Amino acid sequence: MALTTYIDAINQAMREEMRRDQSVFLLGEDIGAFGGAFKATRGLFEEFGEDRVIDTPLSEAAIVGAATGAALVGMRPVAEMQFADFVSCGFNQLVTNTAKIHYRWRLPVPLVVRLPSGGNIHGGPFHSANPEAWFSNVPGLKIVAAATPYDAKGLLKAAIRDDNPVLFLEYKSLYRRLKEDIPEKEFIVPLGKGTIRRPGKDMVVFTYGPTVSTAVDAAERISKEEGNETCVVDLRSLAPLDHELIIQCVKETGKVLILHEATRTGGVGAEVAAFIAEMAFGYLDAPIVRVASLDTPVPLAPPLEEAFLPTVEKVVAALRQLGRF
Amino acid sequence: MNTTRTRASLVKSDLSNADLLKLLYFMRLTRECDIAIVRLYQQGKIVGGAYTGRGNEATAVGSAFALASNDYLFPMHRDLGAHLVKGQSLRAIFLQQLARQNSLTGGRDGTGHYADPALRIYGNVSHLAAMIPVAVGVALASRLRHEGAVVMNFIGDGGSNVGEFHEGLNMAAVMKLPFVLIVENNQYAYSTPVSKQFTAPCLAARAQGYGIPGVTVDGTDVLAVYEACRTAVDRARKGLGPTLVESVTMRMQGHSAADDAAYVPPTLLEEWKRKDPLEQFERHLIESGILDDGRRSSLGAEIVDAVEKAVEEAVAAPYPEGKEAEDGVFHP
Repeated sequence: MALTTYIDAINQAMREEMRRDQSVFLLGEDIGAFGGAFKATRGLFEEFGEDRVIDTPLSEAAIVGAATGAALVGMRPVAEMQFADFVSCGFNQLVTNTAKIHYRWRLPVPLVVRLPSGGNIHGGPFHSANPEAWFSNVPGLKIVAAATPYDAKGLLKAAIRDDNPVLFLEYKSLYRRLKEDIPEKEFIVPLGKGTIRRPGKDMVVFTYGPTVSTAVDAAERISKEEGNETCVVDLRSLAPLDHELIIQCVKETGKVLILHEATRTGGVGAEVAAFIAEMAFGYLDAPIVRVASLDTPVPLAPPLEEAFLPTVEKVVAALRQLGRF
Repeated sequence: MNTTRTRASLVKSDLSNADLLKLLYFMRLTRECDIAIVRLYQQGKIVGGAYTGRGNEATAVGSAFALASNDYLFPMHRDLGAHLVKGQSLRAIFLQQLARQNSLTGGRDGTGHYADPALRIYGNVSHLAAMIPVAVGVALASRLRHEGAVVMNFIGDGGSNVGEFHEGLNMAAVMKLPFVLIVENNQYAYSTPVSKQFTAPCLAARAQGYGIPGVTVDGTDVLAVYEACRTAVDRARKGLGPTLVESVTMRMQGHSAADDAAYVPPTLLEEWKRKDPLEQFERHLIESGILDDGRRSSLGAEIVDAVEKAVEEAVAAPYPEGKEAEDGVFHP
């Protein structure tokens, strides 16, 4: 075991997969000698050279499209968007080409797009995106969100090995803030499966990414203050969702709170809520509750962003109310 | 653009008589297929859209003829001739046009929107220029794996104004990728004439912005197209990077089979009819003794038969079943 930061875990995943499989290569802006805007690719150019760690022009459509083309003929590209926000410039490639190729052509497109996501880093409106809902109803794209260093490494390795396009959400606010002991032996975290971060029988919070720790903190406080035990489920996989785990946890608790840092209306939480209402209505003892960021662009000034984000206080308040319903 | 092909220049090209006859065969086959496609559309047997390349035969055939078998073709919707040159069967083409169960897309898409990896043909999508970055990515893979394979992609005068044209071509240029882009300037993008599409003096002029060669050719002259593309393909294969070939023609029919193109001045069509690529090339082959009347009519008969047979088979083939609709979003 070694104490590893979230960003180093991502770096390790890429390094190990590139050593394991010659067809894996990286492309993106400033990822080569510079090591990437956040240094996620530090050292990889030195080890693998300019043909496997490729600095591209500033052209997200070309990056995503070229990665799609290379994947189409059997390579395994990992494309980095410098900030998740800029994936909008490659949106057409993802939804028109990448997502639709296998359904029409039965050809695998083993592509990963890494998306440094999320706010809470004074990023303002154009450097703080949580873009999953832009893509979660486009059939043909898998989407995963890593909440811990262990998951960041395991999910990224699994994403690289998957023969389908995977959008990999990594969180800027977690890069250097989260550290944990991770095994030195090889491991994978399979796509499509969520996990329980904190057991509890009275309520369940379904969440992912940086709000997993928010939920765990809130659950601890509610346990002390209200005597209720809140289960925290890290969904990990946003497309496809782990439907089985969701139903099982609704069944066991009966009270559901859905939490994400992405804005509220039309977020992935809306899909989870609709799914639960359709498929697990009989197990519910209270209306489903959602806590998320405000329906606004992400503001810059700290008091505005604090009001915008789903803070632990907001989650505690919601859990308190839910527990008493 | 009114180049006259002389006997001398026919002799000058590196093509044998057999090659020249093949070029004619593919152009005539393309035209016959187009005629059949329009007929099928008018009979209601093609759902969705039907697109022809009437007037584009020399561009589609001459360009693809410059490719080797391990090269990749990324054609557009008026490049049926290129599919044929690359080796696609009439059977596959018509099953695909009619969205049948046994088509190369299992009926999930129509027109030329299919992929055939064995022939290295990757069809277009409806978003024009969207395939350019993808084609550039295939060229990148070719370079990274030292395949020596060249990627030939097509775009129109309208599509050349889309952002992905710029991003893709720029990336191909700066990475010196084995990529050739044929810009088919056929005067119209749907109902919009080129005068409303761009102010560049010609589309080949855009190449200067990428530091790559740009050449304009008479798109009705199959040998001129072939020669320009051959130069571009050879250059790409040598590792010297991409070329932009602007092939100037006229879109002789509507944007789609549903478009009567009443907005095109009849005089313009008359002018371009005089430069019909098939008539032009046939005339020169006859004048140079490579084609005689007997061979000309037997060729015509063979082609009509072959197309009829493929059409019959496709019309009789079943659609996919509804229960298949949910399969195949992901690779297992």
